[in-house]
Amino acid sequence: MLEVTDLGCVRGDRRLFSDVNFTLSSGSYLQVQGPNGSGKTSLLRLICGLLAPSEGHIRWQGANIGSLGEDYFTSLSYVGHRNGLKEELTPIENLRVTSGLSGTQLSQQEATSILGKIGLSGRDHLPARLLSEGQRRRTALARLMTCETSLWVLDEVLTSLDSSAVRFVTSLLDEHLNKGGIAVVATHHELDLSANSYQQLNLAS
Amino acid sequence: MFRWVVVRDLTLAWKGRVDVLSTLFFFVIVVSLFPLGIGPETHLLRLIAPGVVWVAALLASMLSLGRLFANDYQDGTLEQLLLTPQPLYLVVLGKVMALWLVSGVPLALLSPVLGIQFGLPRNALFVLVVSLLLGTPVLALIGSIGAALTLGLRGGGLLVSILVLPLYIPVLIFGAGAVDASIMDSGVQGSLSLLGALLVLSLVFAPWATAAALRISLE
Repeated sequence: MLEVTDLGCVRGDRRLFSDVNFTLSSGSYLQVQGPNGSGKTSLLRLICGLLAPSEGHIRWQGANIGSLGEDYFTSLSYVGHRNGLKEELTPIENLRVTSGLSGTQLSQQEATSILGKIGLSGRDHLPARLLSEGQRRRTALARLMTCETSLWVLDEVLTSLDSSAVRFVTSLLDEHLNKGGIAVVATHHELDLSANSYQQLNLAS
Repeated sequence: MFRWVVVRDLTLAWKGRVDVLSTLFFFVIVVSLFPLGIGPETHLLRLIAPGVVWVAALLASMLSLGRLFANDYQDGTLEQLLLTPQPLYLVVLGKVMALWLVSGVPLALLSPVLGIQFGLPRNALFVLVVSLLLGTPVLALIGSIGAALTLGLRGGGLLVSILVLPLYIPVLIFGAGAVDASIMDSGVQGSLSLLGALLVLSLVFAPWATAAALRISLE
């Protein structure tokens, strides 16, 4: 369970948002919306623990995420608006390295089959810099299929994806939520999810 | 997981080996300029050799610091590294170790060839390699703090050198001191032990400081 209470964010001398409150129990989905510069990315980075909250608290399973340290990261997956791929490495290498770093060993075949599912078969031996923006985004999202984390934090992941890829991400999210996972997604797309708890947060108000 | 950090950075170094080689070439060329500039005065060359090789090693290892975090910061992989379920201390240690393996070790192994240009006796060449093998990891560890602190700043490269070079001074003194002592045939053990002590000290504290600096830089 993810609890956010009275969260506020100040960057420089500008207040982005204040008094953000929500509670996400397992199986719930939160869509974060708001105009550009309203603090969507900052909110997601706060949830990941990349930013320290200036006011308010973020609790995971009842404990403050700051005090959980690395234990929190075993249950968290974050895909930012920068893909987090090494341009020099192929999608297979990228996937194997990122999953290796989070403690899941992935063989060459497993990586190939996962990338095949996300629509990159035949492209998985090219360095990532030769791929299109959408293909790189798909490679970044493939990470979600290798991990067993319960909290997904996705920042604008649907940009530069075609409609079939959006459908794929939707089904991926659906599966994750049905397994009892939690997802926080900053996007302007209304996703067609079957999740029973669908919350929206608008940072403009 | 620690292994993956090292494997990752070594793979990346292999794919970008031109960068690695150019740092090494920089070291070779800087050291070689001195005998060419001064001329064949064996006594003088032998006298300045330890200092010259060590200063060049300092500069070369500072050049390689730019690769440590900056690329990972730009493509967002550093954020991912911060979010892996292992202490950031170990991530930093893995990255510094990979950097040392591709910059410090080849530099140390190459140094006897350069020492010959200065007419160093055989035992001094040996001490030179040992002192560089002990000293270059310290340089990489201390440098990682500076690289993390200046991450994402404009003109970060110059700032790193101002921050880091003063901290390199003890390593320079004991490193060059050990080689000096072996030329004079006095005991080298003191300087080498102090270098070893610096290594232990920086192994314990530097990754911790770098981890803290990374968290601040990524805010």
